[in-house]
Amino acid sequence: MTEINSDCPVVVELVGVEKHFAGQKVLSGVNLRVCEGTTTVIVGGSGEGKSVILKHMLGLMKPDVGRVEIFGRDIATATARELNDVRRDFGVLFQNVALFDSMTIFDNVALPLRERTHDRPQQIAARVDELLQMMDLPGVGAKYPAQLSGGMQKRVGLARALALNPKIVFFDEPTTGLDVHKSNEIYRLFHHTQARVGYTAVIVSHDVPKIFKLSDHVALLSEGVIQGQLTPEEFQRSENPLIREFVETTMGPIYSSEREEAAL
Amino acid sequence: MKLYMLFLLSKIGDYTLYYLEHAGRMNIFLGQCLWRLLTPPYRIFPVIQQLNFIGARSIFVIFFTGGFTGMVLALQGYYTLRKFGSEGLLGSAVALSLLRELGPVMAALMVIGRAGSAMTAEIGIMRNTEQIDALECMAVDPLRYIMVPKFIAAILSMPLLTAIFDVVGIFGGYLVGSLMLGVNGGTYFQGMYQSVAWNDVEMGLIKSLVFGLLIVWISTAKGYFLHWERSGGFGAEGVSRTTTSSVVLASVTVLVWDYLLSAIML
Repeated sequence: MTEINSDCPVVVELVGVEKHFAGQKVLSGVNLRVCEGTTTVIVGGSGEGKSVILKHMLGLMKPDVGRVEIFGRDIATATARELNDVRRDFGVLFQNVALFDSMTIFDNVALPLRERTHDRPQQIAARVDELLQMMDLPGVGAKYPAQLSGGMQKRVGLARALALNPKIVFFDEPTTGLDVHKSNEIYRLFHHTQARVGYTAVIVSHDVPKIFKLSDHVALLSEGVIQGQLTPEEFQRSENPLIREFVETTMGPIYSSEREEAAL
Repeated sequence: MKLYMLFLLSKIGDYTLYYLEHAGRMNIFLGQCLWRLLTPPYRIFPVIQQLNFIGARSIFVIFFTGGFTGMVLALQGYYTLRKFGSEGLLGSAVALSLLRELGPVMAALMVIGRAGSAMTAEIGIMRNTEQIDALECMAVDPLRYIMVPKFIAAILSMPLLTAIFDVVGIFGGYLVGSLMLGVNGGTYFQGMYQSVAWNDVEMGLIKSLVFGLLIVWISTAKGYFLHWERSGGFGAEGVSRTTTSSVVLASVTVLVWDYLLSAIML
């Protein structure tokens, strides 16, 4: 397993994280390190515990064993107040978007601004409009989440996640349930906003290989551990049998190792 | 046989542990909510919204149930009292039973049915669709944001609704007693005036305050801990099951506490 550059400024680090559910071991010693300003994609089969890793990073679950450090602070042992301090830098796009379904789109995006800043209503309204413009969603402010399509809801979720210019943004399956066109739209917005805001991104996805284009590092979660955290190119050429199997089943045997090429 | 006994014992232990844990969770939740109730920042607008939902919009149903409760009390009371030739006591009988018992309890049961069930379902759906997780991840405290306005509104609304219930009930009793059954109106109110003491009103007031707190506590905590429900709080069925069990638990708790408070205060 290739270690990623260890002297980069680390934002998120998981060390030996283990988690059981009802006697079943889901994570058995996960090590992961995310550098500032980079995009790390966690891939893996369904039910391997990708979302569980994300929930640990968000502080929604506590590990049985191990540490979850965000900006060097272990959030597994942090108090509620410390955890809240850490979360001020978070933006999250949930798998099912988790928009507040009894609030309008405007109120959804305005909520973090209203709750966490002392901005005046005019400033908040201007910021919400700016965010909705950025997501190509002009004029939906008065609608309710249920009145929007899945792709539009994801974009509203992204707008809400970016409202406070977070330092880290977590994406749980950002394109699940969207068609190719809509997924591309989400990826384009992701690229655009990251270039603009410069956040660190952690993405859980199984949209392989398209997601590789966005990522600096790809980590495969399999059998409860991270099998390797590699650049997309290295990942596709990896010798690790589990990674190879994953790459082959999801992408087909496009790339082969140098050894095999030599044998041809 | 030995295996069966072991199985039985482990089941009992399992249930006991689960319910102890759940009770602990709910009590910690109550403590956390009350603490946030007393500490700033305070917000007015969400409280007014909840006052409207829990209080103002319950007035109609309280008006009706109060009126008919008073009317049936007068009807039943009249036929009982007539056997002893003491129809004159009808006013005090109706007023005392309403103020001390029926007012707070019936109003509480109505609020459970109207607002308590809605609170459990609303918060349960928010839990199920990760909206509560989303709030937490935005560093917005869900207890302060969602629960505190409901707590304030319920605790303020219950005594007021109970008061409306009592007054409407007394007039309902007057309508039936005086206009239909022929008890003298003056006697009805005079008897009430002589027998009702401030203590009786106070007892009703304290009960309604306690019931308000119990209702909002159980209704919100049940929704908030939907994912810990033993029966599995998943999906639409999970929400409906939890709402049902929340209404049942709140109703039973109100009646148990009604007895306890009566026993203490009498």
